[in-house]
Amino acid sequence: MNSTVASEYSSEVHSTPIEHRFNPYSDNGGTVLGIAGEDFAVLAGDTRQVVGYSINSRYEPKIFNVGDDIVMTANGFAADGAALIDKFKNQLKWYKFDHNGKKLSIKSAARYIQHLLYGKRFFPYYVSTLIAGLDEEGKGAVYSYDPVGSYEKEQCRAGGAAASLIMPFLDNQVNFKNQYVPGTDGKEKRPLRYLSLDEVLQLVKDAFSSATERHIQVGDGLEIFIVTKEGVRVEYYPLKRD
Amino acid sequence: MNHDPFKWGRPNDATYGAYNHHIAQATPYAYEEQHASSTSTTTSSFPKMNTQNPIITGTSVISLKFKDGVILAADNLGSYGSLARFTNIERLIRVGKETIVGISGDISDLQQIERILEELETTQEVYDNFDGGDDLKAPHVHEYLSRVMYNRRSNMNPLWNAIVVGGFDKDGKTPFLKYVDLLGVTYGSSTIATGFGAHLAVPLLRQLIPEDKDYVNITEEQARECILNAMTVLFYRDARSLDKFSLVTVKNDGEFKFEKELRCEGQRWKFAKDIRGYGSAQQ
Repeated sequence: MNSTVASEYSSEVHSTPIEHRFNPYSDNGGTVLGIAGEDFAVLAGDTRQVVGYSINSRYEPKIFNVGDDIVMTANGFAADGAALIDKFKNQLKWYKFDHNGKKLSIKSAARYIQHLLYGKRFFPYYVSTLIAGLDEEGKGAVYSYDPVGSYEKEQCRAGGAAASLIMPFLDNQVNFKNQYVPGTDGKEKRPLRYLSLDEVLQLVKDAFSSATERHIQVGDGLEIFIVTKEGVRVEYYPLKRD
Repeated sequence: MNHDPFKWGRPNDATYGAYNHHIAQATPYAYEEQHASSTSTTTSSFPKMNTQNPIITGTSVISLKFKDGVILAADNLGSYGSLARFTNIERLIRVGKETIVGISGDISDLQQIERILEELETTQEVYDNFDGGDDLKAPHVHEYLSRVMYNRRSNMNPLWNAIVVGGFDKDGKTPFLKYVDLLGVTYGSSTIATGFGAHLAVPLLRQLIPEDKDYVNITEEQARECILNAMTVLFYRDARSLDKFSLVTVKNDGEFKFEKELRCEGQRWKFAKDIRGYGSAQQ
């Protein structure tokens, strides 16, 4: 072990050094939410960006129309979110160059994003990713991811800071969890049905105004992207700024 | 006594443990980097080191949009920990015709960014003059810097700065103000301040511009007064600040005003004489 002097160094007891090093991540707050309907899908998010207790900006968009009627968001560490979306947009551009302008299905987009995320499995993008659009049958589709690329197609999903506040509300109001047909003594579940766009938008607004009340990192503004067969449209509603 | 010549003059091993010879044989990492091939057998395997903390630092940059431009201000102090080491550091950098970049954080990294921006400017000039490209505008500078910053953080070798880029959008009229830091985090707002200013100055600036879009009602005079007041307040309470600063005003009529060696005016220290240890009198 030692090349110059014989010593008992190898048997010396070391104290573990304290490691103090650069942390490449931060938490920029914010929350996002996607819901799929029968012939539409929405992807909504607040527009506040924070770090610690400071509000960086009251309007910093984090949902993007990435093309081919797919909307995408990556909430959590803002720099990783922006990088991931940039990378996907870029790859979509090249896909179109290479395949004569072919439209990318949301199913393929979803699988590709898994590879983008898993490609950085050992230095992950610290984000919860959601995409929304219409599937091959024209039905609404929402895909959600964990930071390393596990993904699933779902009816609805909340992500980000207030996900734990919004998700149970969505379970109850979109998938009718714990709802039973009146008079059946809790034996017959309320049957599932598709919600209309108006019902969904009302749910989204309620979810975000409630999250704003209870979560300090949520507020300022609500931006909703709506995908239908006519294309993508955006709506904005103010939220409380306190 | 231990008669082994190797042990002469050494504290008793039974009490203190054997001497760690690696201490004497350790090399500075810079030396090792240069002689990586020849010394690999004799030196400790100390890893390559990247910036883990800033050394000489500059404090806040504060900035505002107003109806026909942007204002940025930053003081001239370079601190070495709590020592006010350099008092003539310029932290506002002009890029191209109408873009201003304000940098806080590590000063050596600031100088590196200065060189990077100079290179960007010269290469971009070639495209602009011969290929009829876009002029180098604030959004381009910001996008470029954000890529540099994110790339460096992803290599775990960050440039230890928070940067504000001010200027105009690609239309040349709409004021542009955006931020990027050592993590590559970016955002835009009508009021931006870095470091201590994010806590102390932003509330003052947002008092003038409560909603982002309201900057269109603010005149240059209002914006300037607000910035000057914020610089004074920062000098009162930020122990790493100086009352000497630079201020840049960029307007969409082509005016680019770079004021240097400004002082925090209207400081009120009357209260100090009654507080022990605050004024000049030592009681």
